[in-house]
Amino acid sequence: MDMIIQASYLIAAVLFILGLKQMSSPVTARRGILWAGAGMVLATLVTFMTPEVIDSAQASTNIMLIIVAIAIGGGYAWYSGRKVAMTDMPQMIAMYNGMGGGAAAAIAAVELLKASSEAAVDPSGATTIASVLGTDVAILAILGAVIGTISFSGSIIAWAKLDGRLSLSRILPKQHLVNAVLAIATVGFAIAIYFSADINTIIIFFVLALILGVFITVPVGGADMPVIISLFNALTGLAVGFEGYVLGNAAMIIAGIVVGSAGSLLTQLMAKAMNRSVFNVFFAGVGTDAAAPAGDGIEGVMKEIQAQDAGILMAFASQVIIIPGYGMAVAQAQHKIWELTQILNEKGVSVKFAIHPVAGRMPGHMNVLLAEAGVPYDKIYDMDDVNADFKNTTVALVIGANDVVNPSAKNDSSSPLYGMPILNAFEAENVIVIKRGRGTGFSGVENPLFFADNTKMLFGDGQKAASELIQAVKEL
Amino acid sequence: MIEGLAAIYIFMLAGFTGYEIISKVPVILHTPLMSGSNFVHGIVLVGAMFALGIAETTTQQIIGFIAVLLGAGNAVGGYVVTERMLEMFNPSKKKTSGEES
Repeated sequence: MDMIIQASYLIAAVLFILGLKQMSSPVTARRGILWAGAGMVLATLVTFMTPEVIDSAQASTNIMLIIVAIAIGGGYAWYSGRKVAMTDMPQMIAMYNGMGGGAAAAIAAVELLKASSEAAVDPSGATTIASVLGTDVAILAILGAVIGTISFSGSIIAWAKLDGRLSLSRILPKQHLVNAVLAIATVGFAIAIYFSADINTIIIFFVLALILGVFITVPVGGADMPVIISLFNALTGLAVGFEGYVLGNAAMIIAGIVVGSAGSLLTQLMAKAMNRSVFNVFFAGVGTDAAAPAGDGIEGVMKEIQAQDAGILMAFASQVIIIPGYGMAVAQAQHKIWELTQILNEKGVSVKFAIHPVAGRMPGHMNVLLAEAGVPYDKIYDMDDVNADFKNTTVALVIGANDVVNPSAKNDSSSPLYGMPILNAFEAENVIVIKRGRGTGFSGVENPLFFADNTKMLFGDGQKAASELIQAVKEL
Repeated sequence: MIEGLAAIYIFMLAGFTGYEIISKVPVILHTPLMSGSNFVHGIVLVGAMFALGIAETTTQQIIGFIAVLLGAGNAVGGYVVTERMLEMFNPSKKKTSGEES
């Protein structure tokens, strides 16, 4: 039996790796998740047959509890995952990731408590967690506990911030100093657990790690959230891998560490796309406390344009580049924008979509949103491929995007965005910006593009503005 | 049981594997892939089931129950959102020309 279980775990691990591999190409991506899903089902089913579980003193109660817990947790996740809008995907991923971190931390808690009670009654004098579990298991159990707990509470905060339920940027004065002290205290208690078996030490340790997760996530600026979510994703992977070692479970070790390293690399790629280091993300949030006041230092006024005139401009253009941002998705305007694109194509206008690496809330998020609206891949261009085209473009239509077209990232070294690669919309002959109001972007930084001579603002809700544009172009 | 040097090998090779997988991914798939890897660490469910399965005291059962609850949420939620996102990448559609990351 044990052989079959171990083999099944190995097959599951292989399915996960192959699944992830297939997810790295658009053609095979869908098959990838099915394979990984099959691995998960297999691993879950054989776990019910584990001899230790079947032979445990309270086998029937425990198995009952397992089924109930899976039904509740899985049922809730199924429902919420089905229901969530595509625009809210990032916070949902953060939430599910936090749950994984919490599960890993809870496993560690069970193991540590068990070792603690064993140590208390041990006649041989083995009275520390380390001597009960063994050096390697004890260290990895505690490490997994720290990482999993931080990932749990941090992800919940990330979810709350992205979901607009929490807009706090600091809890205490000198937050970073407090965090440093708290981190040292957490490490101190982690070491203390290793050398003792005191149950109160374990409890304080978990409480400290929980608070630490909250405190390090709260100051992180909204624009940096994707990096944090990705980082917590990698951390949860690590925690799962470590607890896998504690339990002697090959599938958990392999899957956890694969996610840990893949997630770390992904985090770096994202941070690089935003010209931020992971260190910066944690220790200096953009636009958290020092957001520039609106209009500060920018000369000129915004020039308004009506949909009618904007439509004419676009209908007689040779090339239009559409720059969609998160605002477009929130307004649910992507379907209208695609309709507009098709009408312009009929009139012989070439239309491209330009996607900044961090458009939306995560790398690739905007591609998913456009795919949902039915925009084919070959109309969508990456920043590096499209930036040279702006010079020959009649109209750059910016809808719901802001920071990714902010020229001060290029030419104003005092701007918090300075150095971030941007889409060169300002080089187009005309720039039309569809925007709800005059406010600043996600980062809270003012955008000089909106005041430029070749820029015209089309104020209004994204969906309504897009409908008006369609109407205007159709009437010609 | 996996111990000592063998464990180090597994950790190391798994680390390289993860690195390899991500390094060749086009930007458009970053979000689905992050979601996919989020699903994969839902394997923590198996460990949680084991921990609850061998629980002896009420405290262990309560914590184990929470672990399974959270683990199941991770696995199922991760699967559902990943599947929904990838559904939109219809394989019959043409692949875009320039999407190297």
